Amino acid sequence: MDAVVAERPTVEAEAPSLLRLNVATVGVLVSRDLRRFFRQLSRVVGALVQPLIFWLVIGSGLSGSFRMQGADGVGYVQYFYPGIVMLVVLFTSIFTTMSVIEDRHKGFLQAVLVAPASRAALVLGKTLGGVAIALVQAAIFLALAPLAGFDVRVIEWPLLFALLLLIGIGLSSMGFAIAWWLDSTQGYHIVMSVLLIPLWIVSGAMFPMTGGPRWIAVVGRANPMAYAVAGVRRALYGGVAPGRSDSTAALELGVTLAFAVAMVLVAVAVCSRRGDKP
Amino acid sequence: MADAGFLRLEGLTRRFGERVAVDRLTVDIARGEVFGFLGPNGAGKSTTFHLLTGLLAPDAGRVLLEGIEAPPTDGRVRRRLGVVFQDPSLDDKLTALENLKLGAALYGLTGRRADARIAELLGLVELGDRAKEPVERYSGGMKRRLEIARVLLHEPEILVMDEPSRGIDAPTQRRIWEQLLELRRTRRMTILLTTHQPEEAEYCDRLAVLDHGRVIACDTPEQLRREVGGDVVILDGDGPEELAAEVRARFGFEPRLVDGTIVIETPRGHELIPRLVEALPPGRLRSVSMRRPTLADVFVHLTGRGLN
Repeated sequence: MDAVVAERPTVEAEAPSLLRLNVATVGVLVSRDLRRFFRQLSRVVGALVQPLIFWLVIGSGLSGSFRMQGADGVGYVQYFYPGIVMLVVLFTSIFTTMSVIEDRHKGFLQAVLVAPASRAALVLGKTLGGVAIALVQAAIFLALAPLAGFDVRVIEWPLLFALLLLIGIGLSSMGFAIAWWLDSTQGYHIVMSVLLIPLWIVSGAMFPMTGGPRWIAVVGRANPMAYAVAGVRRALYGGVAPGRSDSTAALELGVTLAFAVAMVLVAVAVCSRRGDKP
Repeated sequence: MADAGFLRLEGLTRRFGERVAVDRLTVDIARGEVFGFLGPNGAGKSTTFHLLTGLLAPDAGRVLLEGIEAPPTDGRVRRRLGVVFQDPSLDDKLTALENLKLGAALYGLTGRRADARIAELLGLVELGDRAKEPVERYSGGMKRRLEIARVLLHEPEILVMDEPSRGIDAPTQRRIWEQLLELRRTRRMTILLTTHQPEEAEYCDRLAVLDHGRVIACDTPEQLRREVGGDVVILDGDGPEELAAEVRARFGFEPRLVDGTIVIETPRGHELIPRLVEALPPGRLRSVSMRRPTLADVFVHLTGRGLN
């Protein structure tokens, strides 16, 4: 008991600035997500095995009937690979942000909400935590790139990293905004199956956006994930994606960056609005 | 109470649609005071807790700290608070030590200073030997003690607790309260809590009794009990409603029906009991008991309803 009766002003005298506390809070949340992630090995494996099965099963199943306009040499297993990299990032973003729903009312996030840091720090911390895990997963999956026929010496790693980082930030903060706003795990599952997975399907991940019905091309133009998928594909081929395209690396990066910034702002706005729920 | 006017809640109001969950709540709390909000579920305790910790913003009213407006939605105000939740705000997958380190960092406490505080508080709550275990292996009482340790790391001036005794046994509750009261004594820490347990309310210096979002009484536990006066006689028997009617018909006073038992406030319980037992047919009563009024009886006295 006596030990705690230290001089009163010690903490207050050196009270850190709110800015420092905000930065510290982001660090706390990222470190927490990473610790949790590596402690639950089943999650590491699960988040990788599902995309891997998708890739191998769907990739092999469709390889006989797939032919890409203007790029005859590309088999489906190779075509599908960048889309699967994106799926790894999407799944990780969904699962790390879905936990927010329970954590907010019965877990550690309660402590963050009553701590001095702002809600923006909470959003950034959760988003960057999700991104960090997504990048670890993507890196493991990218080790399989040679199996898909990609030459690791040709891959444009900086472009690939930048795109995965930005789309990870975008998807994680979008997931956070959905989770916070809905505040229901079932609701999140519905959004995932009617919005997030379909957006991935019509992003050029599973089939080219050109050559199909016109509406698919229209959706592809409006879908931010399509630009990220196109960019990842471009980076894997060393800067020149196969097939006809009027896109450029700058456009792909620019749209992905704009999506990331917009989603972070939406998530901060949703989280900072003190509505009817704590 | 020295340091009156330390913390003032002034006209705090929060609506959810049409429902007014907290209605013009005004109380003054002194530094170093243990102040409780007592009421049943739905009385507005949780909303009060959320308003005090900045988790919700009020529709009207304000919080004043030492005479200065201090909305808890402001991080600079939250820095002075320590908040204990009903469901502990711990990460079950992490160890106790990790939880404390992360909790300290949220208040800018890191490095050797954090380690020293963590060691001190682990000792205080007697969890030092199990600090490296994941929290999911802890019992409810241990989690509550760990949460209190984490909340005290940054030496808050005001501790705000939501139903701190929920889900923990009586001996643990007593132990936690001994430590809290000691901190209050040595650090002049102000403690605010919500509770629906009369036993826990007894630890408070003063209580605000909440009903339908309003403060219907605010006083020391002794003074509140004095309002009931005399004794409380409790009758238990089959068909409590008919039994109450019989008592009413024979004795002419209005007994209260609370949670399936009949509660009678009377200045002299020992005189009433023989008359009651004589007057009713044999076997009509399952049990008769008498007690000095508790805070649960105070609530019945004020509202006509029980705390549960």
